Amino acid sequence: MNIIEIKDLVKIYDSAEIKVTAVDHIDLTFEKGEFSAVVGPSGSGKTTFLNLLGGLDRPTAGTVIIDGTDLWSLKPRQIIDFRLHNIGFVFQSYNLLPVLTALENVEFIMHLQGRPKAERTKRAVELLQAVGLGDRLHSRPGKLSGGQQQRVAVARALASKPKFILADEPTANLDSHATENLLNIMEKLNREEQITFIFSTHDARVVKKARRVITLEDGKVLSDERR
Amino acid sequence: MIISVSWRNIWRNKTRSLVVITAITLGIMAGVFSTAFMKGMMDKRIESAIHTELSHIQIHDSLYSKTNELKYYMQGTDALARRIDTLPHVSGVTQRIIVQSMISSAETGAGVKIMGIRPEEERKVTDIAEHITDGKYFEGIKRYPVVIGEKLAHKLNVRERSKVVITLQDLNNNLTAGAFRVAGIYKTSNTVFDESNVFIRYEDLAQLTGLPPGACHEIAIRVEDNRYTLPVRARINTLLTGRERALTWTEISPEMSYVTQVMDMYMYIFIIIILLALLFGIINTMLMVILERHKEIGMLLAIGMSRMRIFFMIIVETVLLSLTGGVTGIVLGTWLSKHFETHYIDLSMFGKGLEQLGYSSLVNTSIDPVMVINVTFMVIVTGIIAAIYPAWKAIHYDPAEALRIE
Ligand SMILES: Nc1ncnc2c1ncn2[C@@H]1O[C@H](COP(=O)(O)OP(=O)(O)OP(=O)(O)O)[C@@H](O)[C@H]1O
Ligand SMILES: [Mg+2]
Repeated sequence: MNIIEIKDLVKIYDSAEIKVTAVDHIDLTFEKGEFSAVVGPSGSGKTTFLNLLGGLDRPTAGTVIIDGTDLWSLKPRQIIDFRLHNIGFVFQSYNLLPVLTALENVEFIMHLQGRPKAERTKRAVELLQAVGLGDRLHSRPGKLSGGQQQRVAVARALASKPKFILADEPTANLDSHATENLLNIMEKLNREEQITFIFSTHDARVVKKARRVITLEDGKVLSDERR
Repeated sequence: MIISVSWRNIWRNKTRSLVVITAITLGIMAGVFSTAFMKGMMDKRIESAIHTELSHIQIHDSLYSKTNELKYYMQGTDALARRIDTLPHVSGVTQRIIVQSMISSAETGAGVKIMGIRPEEERKVTDIAEHITDGKYFEGIKRYPVVIGEKLAHKLNVRERSKVVITLQDLNNNLTAGAFRVAGIYKTSNTVFDESNVFIRYEDLAQLTGLPPGACHEIAIRVEDNRYTLPVRARINTLLTGRERALTWTEISPEMSYVTQVMDMYMYIFIIIILLALLFGIINTMLMVILERHKEIGMLLAIGMSRMRIFFMIIVETVLLSLTGGVTGIVLGTWLSKHFETHYIDLSMFGKGLEQLGYSSLVNTSIDPVMVINVTFMVIVTGIIAAIYPAWKAIHYDPAEALRIE
């Protein structure tokens, strides 16, 4: 079953000086349980593409249909709410609120969803244990390594029970050991819990782990291989 | 949870927050203290006006109130005075004959108000007896004693035991005079009062003016506490049958309560000015805060925190920041004011001018709980106003753009 259908998606940045076609007529579909990498040289449109997919940036043309909902036909306020309940995000950096502990950061998103306190805490603890941070529940992000922070971000993304998780270069700031560790956790979640991941990367070692690799160039899909 | 995030956010940049909090604390403290100070001065002025000049309730013939003429005296008031004295919460009643007249010493003369009083009863109503600086209150001089104010004594150049002559028109419009000897000299905090009020015995003045026994122009009544003024007046009204009218001190001296109201308004204007100055400091701080957290706010929008909640979060942070300073300021200001409720602030270096206006140069502060509540409320409102623009800016951040910032 397709959870994402992308039709003729276009994004043109039309600033005063130059006009950039960052995403150029892309048609793609994603299925539940995918573990896909979006790759391509710098400026090829990876971030832009993921932002259109995640409801963060409005396309110039085309549609993004998520589980039957035409994302960009929603009102801005509804899109924020849609993100909260349907899409998990892991960013390259600044994922977490520095004033909250790891546990509270994971709980926070469930608080926004309006889930009861007891359920929140239980689930947050389980998820942090699942990403190997059972012993760092009460540490604030400042006291965690970059890799640990990214794992908290993954736990937070999972906590909202999204349909899929988008991760734009989640390992860009990590050393090779932490990169490996994070990828293993994501892979395991994908394999065991059928969590759908779509991530972009520059890193060849990360690409190797993906089961589908979509290569972009100048905003177009250059290749789309499954393995 | 959002409130706790807001609270912790305040302490992310301790130095900056503490600078703002200190500014608010000092501003509010100064505001609270100076209003307590002004109120203390007012309260004291009113209290001394009641206790030395006005008493709580006065009864006059209504024509006397209008004209101040000798002939409009009330007749046979002894029984009425005794009856009022038995009313509950009345602590003193006294009858007075009042005549405008001339007082002169060997050197010079002055126009004054002569009050014929009964010293023993008068003591229970006004506290002139406690303000004697020289001599005694109607003691020591057997025949025709007079008590005058210090200011008048200087003007006439007289001392204790000096002779003065009081000249007035009696009931038949004949000019009469009496020789008196200064028994005591008093000094209140109101020099104008001291200069124009002279006290002699009721009997002496009755004899000079030719008033029949039991006649007087004024019955002055002191009650145990100001809150009894109105109920006691209501009781007295039931006892009055003729042209007599009982007036409360606010009716006798309406400017007294105007001054209080105007002062109250000034206090609030003063605090609003302080808060207005603080407002811009708070806005500036919060603009810096949201600029610094551009990426973080973008992240929150991206993961699905609604704009309304982000708005709320920033409002709460600003209000908590303002309240922390505000409450500290109120507590310190109140503490400082409480201290000076029992310790005098000596303003005698400015005392001359103040006493000319009837204000004591020894000031106690007086803190008004209603004002404290209002100031707290005003601080909250200031916090909300200060937060609106920064919060509005924050919720218009574009998450995609914010996340691209390096
Ligand atoms: N807000 C913007 N305004 C104008 N042009 C933009 C904007 N954002 C991105 N672009 C342009 O769109 C193109 C695609 O950028 P994008 O960030 O999506 O590439 P990317 O593949 O993520 O690159 P990188 O690997 O460096 O992250 C680039 O040419 C970029 O300069
Ligand atoms: Mg990118």
